[in-house]
Amino acid sequence: MDIPYTVKNRPDTGLYNGKLGVWLFLASEVMLFGGLFSAYIFLRTGVDDWPAGTEYLDVPLATLNTLFLISSSVTMVMSWASLKLNDFKKYKLYTLITLLFAFGFLVIKYFEYSAKFAHNPPYLPSTNNFLGIYFTMTGLHVLHIIGGILVIGYFYGPGSKMWNSDPERFTNRIEIVGLYWHFVDLVWIFLFPVLYLL
Amino acid sequence: MSTDQYKQSFWTKYIWSTDHKIIGIQYGITSLVWLLFGFGLMMIMRYQLAYPDTPVPIVGALLGEGGLLPPEMYNSLGAMHGTIMIFLGVVPLAFGAFGNYFVPLQIGAIDMAFPKLNAASYWTYFAGSVIMATGFFVPGGAANSGWTSYPPLSEIATMGQTVWLIGMVMLITSSLLGSVNILVTVIQLRTDGLTWMRLPIFVWTQFITAFLLLLAFPPLEAAGVLQLMDRVVGTSFFMPSGLVVTGEVMTNAGGGSPLLWQHLFWFLAHPEVYVLILPAFGIVAEIIANNTRKPLAGYKALVYAMVFLAFMSFIVWAHHMYITGMGTSIGAFFQTTTMIISIPSVVILTALLLSLWGGSIRFNTPMLFALGFIPMFGIGGLTGLPLGLAAADIHLHDTYYVIGHFHYVVAPGTIFALFAGIYYWFPKITGKRTNELLGKLHFFFSLIFMNGVFMPMFIQGLAGVSRRLADGGQTYAHAADVIYLNEVMSYSAWLLGLAQIFFIINMVISLFGKKTGEKNPWDATTLEWTDTTSPPLGHGNFEIVPKVYRGPYEYSVPGEKQDFTPQSKKV
Repeated sequence: MDIPYTVKNRPDTGLYNGKLGVWLFLASEVMLFGGLFSAYIFLRTGVDDWPAGTEYLDVPLATLNTLFLISSSVTMVMSWASLKLNDFKKYKLYTLITLLFAFGFLVIKYFEYSAKFAHNPPYLPSTNNFLGIYFTMTGLHVLHIIGGILVIGYFYGPGSKMWNSDPERFTNRIEIVGLYWHFVDLVWIFLFPVLYLL
Repeated sequence: MSTDQYKQSFWTKYIWSTDHKIIGIQYGITSLVWLLFGFGLMMIMRYQLAYPDTPVPIVGALLGEGGLLPPEMYNSLGAMHGTIMIFLGVVPLAFGAFGNYFVPLQIGAIDMAFPKLNAASYWTYFAGSVIMATGFFVPGGAANSGWTSYPPLSEIATMGQTVWLIGMVMLITSSLLGSVNILVTVIQLRTDGLTWMRLPIFVWTQFITAFLLLLAFPPLEAAGVLQLMDRVVGTSFFMPSGLVVTGEVMTNAGGGSPLLWQHLFWFLAHPEVYVLILPAFGIVAEIIANNTRKPLAGYKALVYAMVFLAFMSFIVWAHHMYITGMGTSIGAFFQTTTMIISIPSVVILTALLLSLWGGSIRFNTPMLFALGFIPMFGIGGLTGLPLGLAAADIHLHDTYYVIGHFHYVVAPGTIFALFAGIYYWFPKITGKRTNELLGKLHFFFSLIFMNGVFMPMFIQGLAGVSRRLADGGQTYAHAADVIYLNEVMSYSAWLLGLAQIFFIINMVISLFGKKTGEKNPWDATTLEWTDTTSPPLGHGNFEIVPKVYRGPYEYSVPGEKQDFTPQSKKV
């Protein structure tokens, strides 16, 4: 006996279990990052002098990163759509591009971080609260990116065998990962202006 | 579908199981052990309070020089008592154990929606609880800044605080996995015919609790991450500029706000109060309907009241912070919402009380605990009203009055309900009966001594005795008239500890007793009683997955042969 609605939609909700689960998970993620954004506002309004993001941060690099993430979201949807169209080869291609964009994001983030640490005097989380909240929020976001890479990478490699045994379920899984990936992207869309531009 | 299709070793069947019933039992046993441990910490503290500066008997050798309990260790025990009772004891028992075991059974599901996630949730909780406990063995002892961990105190505290934060992040992750699972299970896996308004109240309470955990816990996780950054990396999110500690100016950058922690913490911790109490409402409602042999009064009112309660619980948090110097208009807002949130609580309690009216009540052990819950929670709730109003709260804040208030809600309130649940569902879980005499002794002694512990706290608190004093207020003149109550409370606490022996003996001898084979010993109507064996089948729960044709509490329906009509009985 199997648990119902793991693959097919339940008629009255129009969702399968995993999709509902990931939406609820994302709701809690909204509260997590919401808590951090609230902390940012609280800290910023609580002091007289709050540095502009441009004083410390590299806007062009971050803009490039924004483009990377938005593009990776697009290719993520394309990979899911390819599965829906039964085109496994295209799925592989788009997933690979998604992964490359994600790695590109990490590489740029690495250069950004190391430039801060290498600066004289070094810009550390303990230097001031702007840098503190910058490193905390982007750090947590990077952890989410890494988590996404691991899962997407798994479904690119060993996990993709499920396509042969249970294609519908595999397609659902890619949809779920996609939802998560768009969320991580969306967090960055908020982080970028708040930390770099405002 | 039957369990013996494939061979399972002890390890796969009982330890790494993905069966919701086994995981429920794992949660139950772990959390009961933690409850006993947390209570043990309190019994040590009560000795120090009653007899300051005298060696603690029995466990004294473990504590400090000459068997004395040093004040800093008193702080540790206090912080850990609160943390353990709430996060390792009551919530995992109410939500993890009862929720896991009975939600799928009551909605006619063969398991939770995500069985592997379920196991992951338990093991994350287990690991988090072990990490919490390792705090006792690091230099400086376990976290000692109170269960609320207010900075800047918690930021300059010893290493135990870091361990506490890591433990909390694990526990939050565990509750996140658990709440997603319960929510999806209730939304997706209800069996045919089980509409929302036919759900047993217990399922409703677990469902709403899961929403609270899902949305209220992450801000504390954010706060925990920020505090970890402060402690480990040296940021100053909660550290104000120019803080002086024991004569030395702190060297960190400053500019942070201790108040920020309080806001993030109470944004979780007020909904947490309802996480503690909602499952208790659910258990008590089931037992009262069953043992009065009549439908619950105001089923829909109960449901709407609980949903409203949950929404409101997100906008009352700052009533824990009246003495932080908030403006009067903000204070007025939170006083208003606090008064409003008392309305659904009263609706719920009234519905439970009215359910007794005209019933032919069976006074068995679970019913006694459920009946004990009503006035005890009533006292806890009503004594909270003065704390919700700033004018009264400024006097009562951080006194023993507060301690009395929330203990009445959680200890003789929620914990009584949990005991009721254990006695009520024990025959379902094991197929055996508990001993009624031992159960009744357990109830009456617990009831007396619970009140012996907590009632004097109101008197001390109104006299102005502060909480978190390692000597119980000895050095304060205003405490002189009420200090004798410390001994009364301490003796009550130890006798309360002894009363729990009835419970432990009862559990042990009942477990070794013989199976009665009764499927439905209480003549109940809900699916877990009417459509499963006792204990239910391994993976799969039901011989035939039941369909539902009617509401959950059709007791004493005129014209029926029996005084209970199962939900799965065709119309």
